[in-house]
Amino acid sequence: MNALIIAAVLLVLLGVSYQSGFAKSRGLVTADGVKVHSRPQYHGSYSALWTMIPALAVLLLWFWFGAGITRSYTVGLLPQDVLLSLDQTGLNATLTRINALATGYGVAGEVAPYEQSAGEALRSFNFLTFAGTLVLAVLAGGAGFVYARNRISARLRARNSVERVIGLLLLACSAVAILTTVGIVASLVTEAFKFFTFINPIDFFFGTVWAPNNAGGAANPGKYGLLPLLAGTLMITAIAMLVAVPVGLMAAIYLSQYAPRQFRAVAKPFIEILAGIPTIVFGFFALVTVGPFLRDFGALLGLSVNATSALTAGVVMGIMIIPFVSSLSDDILNQVPRTLRDGAYGLGATQSETIRNVLLPAALPGIVGAFLLAVSRAIGETMIVVLASGNSPVLRGNPLEPVSTITVSIVNQLTGDTDFTGPQSLVGFALGLTLFVVTLCLNIFALYIVRRFREQYE
Amino acid sequence: MDMLAGKVKVTSQTLGSNMNPTDFVDRPIRLTARDVTVHYGPKQALHGISIDIPDRAVTSFIGPSGCGKSTFLRCINRMNDTIEGAKVGGRIELDGQDIYAPDLDVVELRARIGMVFQKPNPFPKSIYENVAYGPKIHGIARNKADMDEIVISSLRKAGLFEEVKDRLNEPGTGLSGGQQQRLCIARAIAVGPEVILMDEPCSALDPIATAIIEELIDELRENYTIVIVTHSMQQAARVSQKTAFFHLGNLIEHGDTEDIFTNPVNKQTQDYIMGRIG
Repeated sequence: MNALIIAAVLLVLLGVSYQSGFAKSRGLVTADGVKVHSRPQYHGSYSALWTMIPALAVLLLWFWFGAGITRSYTVGLLPQDVLLSLDQTGLNATLTRINALATGYGVAGEVAPYEQSAGEALRSFNFLTFAGTLVLAVLAGGAGFVYARNRISARLRARNSVERVIGLLLLACSAVAILTTVGIVASLVTEAFKFFTFINPIDFFFGTVWAPNNAGGAANPGKYGLLPLLAGTLMITAIAMLVAVPVGLMAAIYLSQYAPRQFRAVAKPFIEILAGIPTIVFGFFALVTVGPFLRDFGALLGLSVNATSALTAGVVMGIMIIPFVSSLSDDILNQVPRTLRDGAYGLGATQSETIRNVLLPAALPGIVGAFLLAVSRAIGETMIVVLASGNSPVLRGNPLEPVSTITVSIVNQLTGDTDFTGPQSLVGFALGLTLFVVTLCLNIFALYIVRRFREQYE
Repeated sequence: MDMLAGKVKVTSQTLGSNMNPTDFVDRPIRLTARDVTVHYGPKQALHGISIDIPDRAVTSFIGPSGCGKSTFLRCINRMNDTIEGAKVGGRIELDGQDIYAPDLDVVELRARIGMVFQKPNPFPKSIYENVAYGPKIHGIARNKADMDEIVISSLRKAGLFEEVKDRLNEPGTGLSGGQQQRLCIARAIAVGPEVILMDEPCSALDPIATAIIEELIDELRENYTIVIVTHSMQQAARVSQKTAFFHLGNLIEHGDTEDIFTNPVNKQTQDYIMGRIG
């Protein structure tokens, strides 16, 4: 409700200010007959910006400091003896109760008289501060508006000012993306370091046994060897690539070179829909269809295949990344200049000779880049492996048996009650950091290769 | 008129002192086209082209952009087949054989009719492999020694061998534009074609590289039937013995280069040559 009122007031201010600036600018044109530096839209925006920025600044200040002020006011409402009898947790609970009374939310249990009176006082305080802030914001905006209106003249370089503010706004938006990335990486690193205070990094990176003791606390944490998980991840990824690369590449070649235009127009979106299927759905598919099929098929050949195994997860993951491989490869094949194809045809090469000897070699670096991007996608994939890999973190080389991966283990360690104080949950960050570094390296390598390929034709 | 006279003078110079322009008039006909039409989808690009192209001479196609000269050139080795929606009508014969006959093998046809493109387009392979590619796919060389000989003689004929003999294994894309275009000519020659089609082969080159290619075309004329599309009238006058003028998808006039440039019959040809259209 409060937020709505604020938004409505700000919108009204914005509209009035813009219109006023716009109208005044129009007046300049007709009255003076001088060449006006900026067009009316810019004067309108200039006025609107001068109104909004002070108003928003006041609101932001309240947003930052308001909670603290309200809290100390509420604490001041409590009688001295109550205050002394409460510890930190108790005080917080009482403050929450009073706040609930003030907002009319209702509380459980008996309401003490001092709570009742404090709640009522807080309610009027909240109303006053809200109204006060709003009035202050409107006053600040109004001051800015008057200032801007007085400055609007034929000479004012409103366009330049507005453009500068827009530039800053865009900078702020990209800063959000960058800072978030930096923040996530920083928290991964610091939490992983915390984990390494419990477990020796050598035991983590080179240990061959994964047996966390989830009930053991810090004294008896269990074993955290990364290698079984890494082996499982790599095995599933390798199987996925064995499925996705040939199928995806051939599909790309067919689509870009052989398919008639109408077929391509239908088939390409269909393949891309495959990329839009949620991975959890691929997980069901693995669990319900592919796993049992592989088990029965293995039995037919006299092999014992587990329904949930590296093979099941790998095959389904391979199907999932086919559209990545085929779509990227298709784009890259289409980037190969037509003149190269013509050159081969002009020598009397057949279509398949042209593709094999000219097109693919020319596109190879880009295609390799596409494969690497698909690999990093496969390594980080979670839902399919959670459902279909069998979750058995044991170091073994047989793809027909259950395995576990880094992502699955993160899920296992971080679901349920976690307090992020012991190695049992902190290991998630160490695993996440490992995963991050591996995929980052792959992506950098892939982008490097793709870029080198681009340069070849520019 | 002075301008025209100048051009013709260039022509007779390039023809060489031991050859008389009239020698070419009696050359046997190699290619005949009758009522050739091309449609790209609903759009008609060529309207009934009929022309005879003589053996071992240079025939040039001139005309303003979009006049259909390149389109017609691409009909001669059926490169239009690779463009979706292109339809070719009429009849083109190479030595009396219909090249659009259903039982004709396009691969074989393109081995007999080589092509050089507007932009140099060496494959991203070594210089040696660029030239060896055609012989390889057609199974022309029996062994490595054979292949070496084909590559070297093709590079020689294209006037490139001396410049690249020490770096045959370096990528063909590392050469200069003019060298790349000569590499593409060598690549076309290596297959042993009888006809070489050139689609504005000098349009991406500087004047010096252009002069070298023109000289090369003049040498190649002794062994190959050459058809060249060019937007430069001076180039047509310098290198060709026969000239055909295209305009808006029609063949307006064709004949001996000297006649076309000194004594055009058609008003449009005259206007184009005088620089009034195009």
